[in-house]
Amino acid sequence: MSNTLVSMISMGVLGIGLSIALVIASKKFAVESDPRVDDLEGVLPGANCGACGYAGCRSFAEALATGEAPTNGCPVGGASVAELVAKILGVSNSGFSRNVAQVLCKGGCAEASQRADYDGPQDCRIAHMTQGGDKGCTYGCLGCGTCVAACNFDAMAMNENGLPMIFEDNCTACGACVAACPRDIIILTGEEYGVHIRCRSHASGREARQVCIVGCIACRRCEKVCPTGAITVENNLAEINYDKCIVCRKCVEVCPVNTIEWQEGKGPVRQKVGA
Amino acid sequence: MKLLKNFKGGVHPNYEKQHSEDKPIQVLPAPEVVVMPLQQHVGAPCDPVVKKGDQVLMGQVIGESSYAISAPVHSSVSGTVLAVEPRPSVTGRSVMSVVIQNDGQDTPIEEQQNPILKSSDPNQRIDVDGNLIRQAINAAGVVGLGGGAFPTAVKVTPPDTSHIEYLLINGSECEPYLTADQRVMEEYPDKVILGAKLLAKAAGAEKIIIAIESNKPEAIKILEKYAVPNEIEVITVVTKYPAGGERMLIKAVLNREVPSGGYPHEVGVLVHNVSTAWAVAETCLTGRPLIERVITVTGSGIKEPGNYLVRIGTPFKNIVEAAGGFNGQPERVLCGGPMMGLAQFNLDVPVVKATSGVLILTEKEAQKYEPLPCIKCARCVDVCPVYLMPLKLEAFAMNEMWEQAEEYGAMDCIECGCCTYICPSKRYLVHYIRLAKQEIIAARGKN
Repeated sequence: MSNTLVSMISMGVLGIGLSIALVIASKKFAVESDPRVDDLEGVLPGANCGACGYAGCRSFAEALATGEAPTNGCPVGGASVAELVAKILGVSNSGFSRNVAQVLCKGGCAEASQRADYDGPQDCRIAHMTQGGDKGCTYGCLGCGTCVAACNFDAMAMNENGLPMIFEDNCTACGACVAACPRDIIILTGEEYGVHIRCRSHASGREARQVCIVGCIACRRCEKVCPTGAITVENNLAEINYDKCIVCRKCVEVCPVNTIEWQEGKGPVRQKVGA
Repeated sequence: MKLLKNFKGGVHPNYEKQHSEDKPIQVLPAPEVVVMPLQQHVGAPCDPVVKKGDQVLMGQVIGESSYAISAPVHSSVSGTVLAVEPRPSVTGRSVMSVVIQNDGQDTPIEEQQNPILKSSDPNQRIDVDGNLIRQAINAAGVVGLGGGAFPTAVKVTPPDTSHIEYLLINGSECEPYLTADQRVMEEYPDKVILGAKLLAKAAGAEKIIIAIESNKPEAIKILEKYAVPNEIEVITVVTKYPAGGERMLIKAVLNREVPSGGYPHEVGVLVHNVSTAWAVAETCLTGRPLIERVITVTGSGIKEPGNYLVRIGTPFKNIVEAAGGFNGQPERVLCGGPMMGLAQFNLDVPVVKATSGVLILTEKEAQKYEPLPCIKCARCVDVCPVYLMPLKLEAFAMNEMWEQAEEYGAMDCIECGCCTYICPSKRYLVHYIRLAKQEIIAARGKN
């Protein structure tokens, strides 16, 4: 027998043997994976921003497949992704309420007083560490634009008055700006809510007035005029419960310092309860 | 000829001590109103024990805390409590403070604790029990007067397992401009020695080393008179910033390295400032708590720079007034030295226990720079006394890579500012490292 034949037969036998072993192994040790995970990952935006609370789009897709995460859990994808996800999972679309960021400070260069001249690095977190920043108000916006730098979606810019503006159409409510702000003046709230109390100062009325002409002075007029009890004044600051607000805008009219603002065109979102 | 004791890194800024080093310590009269912040130390803030309208006596406790790491606050004058409210402090934040109207009598409190030392002879043998000394230091509210403000009583009570070989008395005063410690050494050498002996007794240290920078020959000469073989030694260290840093001093004098994240007692050393030693001696001799300290008022922006013995709680504006007022338009007022001092925007803030000086800079001295791109020259690496790579840490902090910053030792940074000082591109290195430290601590708190 020639050497060629020997090698052909031996390699053939070896090949057949190993392939049988592979087939058995693949059946026996098969990892059951949900085929929907790949489909789900395909419809997600793929930004891996972490706004859903998971490590990235893949782990969010896995959580979706196990039913752990809600179908509308991706704030970046919004309503269209929620619909696709619901379709893949074969569940009813629970709807998507879109959140947007809101800046709760109106005290820009024109309104708030400066107590010092800050010439350190233009980073709000460092300015905040350095003697609490240069603004008279120790609660308000520092105006260095750290939130704008943190935004990955072109949804923010600093205006001429030294305050960040939010382009709500681009905002995905990923929360990067909220995490970046050392003063906690940015919040995420439903896009339909139109009335905002744009101040976070817990300073007493007199002190707040001294450092900023649009700061909340805790006069309680808004609290008294609100028909649904959505506004409460605690610790020298009015706060609004968006769930109770009916966007009647009475508080906007009575606010003596213009802290409360109505975003033109938004609300009324629901009928007054029990009226 | 011997080589001076040295350590790695450091910078040689203009020392500018000539403004005030020859000026004897003057006693500044107590101001009409003192503001006593209830947190002047590292640790738990004190709770006020007086209320508005109360009469207080000089040395009376006005704030205390039940926490272990804390130091009581005493009234530095006698008079009436005007208010107990948050007031701005040197850190820029409002701190709960007791505001006292001075009646000018300086009536000391009667049940003042008895002095535990009878004689003020610096050569005496300390026979007082160590516990008694610790109690006296704790009751007097003595904290590290070099700027750290760590409660001294806690510091001289090291954990049982550690054995203290050396007590290092830190007379380096490496911050430019400041001369308060130097004047204390030259004018109260007996009390510094006595305080050092008391601290050594309290901590169970075997040997006392007084470390002084080579640019203070007068102080070295005066203190060397008290040197006792195998007991007290005066050592000259190199004139270089930050020679007065705890870790740098231990490295220079004893060639021991404090481990990363560790404390000096782990290598058998305790470090105390000369002013702290002076305060301890004062307290043990008179029974009076810590209500005054020596500060330097200096810089080209002040008419009469000098060294002053001031009451704790004296507002900065009174101090500026006492020193002849501003010399022209001040550009910057700092609490502390130019390297690590805190810029102030309000002269109503009071002197606290850790305030070593008030520095007033003119426009010429306080220059501003625009940062340029890093050229990777590694000068910051060369000067870093704690063996870090500031350029890397800054880049990590700018890109919010906190975990990498921690890996590269951001938490070991002592914030001395050498890197920022030496940087030819004038980058904000130490600022970003501080940000990284803050974010790392915040992340640790979350986990």
